[in-house]
Amino acid sequence: MAEPFLTVTGLTRRFDVSKPWLNRVLEREGRQFLTATADVSFSINKGETFALVGESGSGKSTIAKMIVGLLTPSAGQIAIEGQGIDPADPIAMRALRRRMQMIFQDPFASLNPRWRVGDIIAEPIRTLGLMPRGDVGREVGRLLDLVGLSAADASKFPHEFSGGQRQRIAIARALSSRPEFIVCDEPTSALDVSVQAQILNLMRDLQDEFKLTYLLISHDLSVVRHMSNRIGVLYLGRLVEVADAKRLFHEPQHPYTRMLLDAVPDLALSGRRRKSVSGEIPNPISPPAGCAFHPRCPQVKAECKAAVPVLCATPTGRAACVFAGGAPASIP
Amino acid sequence: MTKPLLSVRDLVVEFPTRRGTLRALDGVSFDIAPGEVLGMVGESGAGKSITGAAIIGLIEPPGRIAGGEVWLGDTRIDQLAPEAMRRLRGRRIGMVFQDPLTSLNPLYTIAQQLIETIRTHMDVSEKVARGRAVALLDRVGIPAAARRIDDYPHHFSGGMRQRVVIALALAAEPELVIADEPTTALDVSVQAQIIDVLKEICAERGAAVMLITHDMGVIAETADRVAVLYAGRMAEIGPVRDVILAARHPYTAGLMGSIPTLQHAADRLVQIPGAMPRLDAIPAGCAFNPRCPQVMDRCLSARPGLKPVAPNHAAACWLADTGVTHG
Repeated sequence: MAEPFLTVTGLTRRFDVSKPWLNRVLEREGRQFLTATADVSFSINKGETFALVGESGSGKSTIAKMIVGLLTPSAGQIAIEGQGIDPADPIAMRALRRRMQMIFQDPFASLNPRWRVGDIIAEPIRTLGLMPRGDVGREVGRLLDLVGLSAADASKFPHEFSGGQRQRIAIARALSSRPEFIVCDEPTSALDVSVQAQILNLMRDLQDEFKLTYLLISHDLSVVRHMSNRIGVLYLGRLVEVADAKRLFHEPQHPYTRMLLDAVPDLALSGRRRKSVSGEIPNPISPPAGCAFHPRCPQVKAECKAAVPVLCATPTGRAACVFAGGAPASIP
Repeated sequence: MTKPLLSVRDLVVEFPTRRGTLRALDGVSFDIAPGEVLGMVGESGAGKSITGAAIIGLIEPPGRIAGGEVWLGDTRIDQLAPEAMRRLRGRRIGMVFQDPLTSLNPLYTIAQQLIETIRTHMDVSEKVARGRAVALLDRVGIPAAARRIDDYPHHFSGGMRQRVVIALALAAEPELVIADEPTTALDVSVQAQIIDVLKEICAERGAAVMLITHDMGVIAETADRVAVLYAGRMAEIGPVRDVILAARHPYTAGLMGSIPTLQHAADRLVQIPGAMPRLDAIPAGCAFNPRCPQVMDRCLSARPGLKPVAPNHAAACWLADTGVTHG
């Protein structure tokens, strides 16, 4: 198998959520840490869409931010084509930033309202010095065309566009540095379904045209199913299952994945009774010992409470559950 | 058919602005029978929430109901005085809003808020009200309700808060509950719990529900009938099964096709070109005509009315007469 494009190993991020120093002294409390991501490892092959799903607080966005360098990991490595990323090395980071871009959830917040659309899209080209000044205008027009807007829109401001059109602008900006890899953090959750369909179709067309690699972050399982080749399921900062997208939906290995799938409302009216799930995501500051899912798990056993299960090979990928069986898996 | 509990006839809501009057709702009519769950779907700006707000008289001025009638049982409620409307809200119509954090007062305990609501609408002592409040919290699935009732809203998680809001909405045993995006702010695993609770309790007390959401999956599971709104007009209304599986309006069909499903992987999603028109630029004739794949000359000039196409099922499309189904 070819070398994966992106490899993430043991990625961990802790946030210090302690009270101020004086309060800690007076109330005799120690420092408190919130572990947003714990020991996450996965890899993404060139040209594929890898999706991360999970509920709020599961660490999806933290992982995305660490990959593009907006947050530094507390532990673990990120490597692109086998080369480790060092967030402390500004020159190497700058070269990498051209190769990876990000699309954010809320197109109302991710575009500067005081900039014209043309300048927004041209910024990566200008900052990275990718082409002579004279050509930038033409390039912006071409990018706008590509995402289904018109070249004349370059002189408008973001407020003149609807949510879906703004997300197209955000995509054009992401494409302007000709990246190979785009991190899409909930690209359609702020949009209506009919507009979501337009954006998802556009993202697929662009992927085919430019051989893009996507990391798609979403909480919507049906979007993920539609878009991705492989899926990673996160629960409370840990990867509980990684599997081939098609098989994950038919043969979920981890009880949490099964629970998530059961919870999705059924549009096909197959008469499937949705199983109601018990409990909610625990507080990430004091997660349960052992498998973080054990208080909600229908199959919980004594050993689940003792140790965090490791990712084991399953017929469809890897899963971190004592029931998934098999030997501990190496990274895919 | 039994007499409808809520009857909305040709409701028109207008917002006067400097550039002219915007019609947020234009001639919307529907009924809800006692105990029925009516889903209301549409894209943002289609008028879903405005419909709910108009029914309970919470349209923000300068917006106003410019026409039509709203009947709750035998009472016409769209012209009630503010004081009479206030007594009706909570007592006969309960509300559940999207964000449970903003619909609860952060400065009062859950007990204070529930007891106040119960005592406002019912003539009972503080003690009886408290007993009722605990029973309600217990019913909506809050563990250790008797102890947790004295907690403040910030002690509860999002899903638990939404349960409290449901308890609050049902405190005075209303005949109708208007739920405006009750699960949009919640995670999927919790969403299922909340929908179940809402549906069960309303069924148990015989309360009708108007469920406003943009999530077709929730509608498919919960509602008996569904109304599809587009640009402030009713595009289609009918039993959930018929509307989802055999839509009679091209917009409904497009909306259904654009939703990715878990069951089968489609290569491309059906996409409706363009976007919903802004309220100041609604085209003549059918509001959907610029985006409709089957547009005809007639659609450009004449606006189709809502016509019955099957028992209980009506659509506002010129093609609906011809018996064409989509999807």
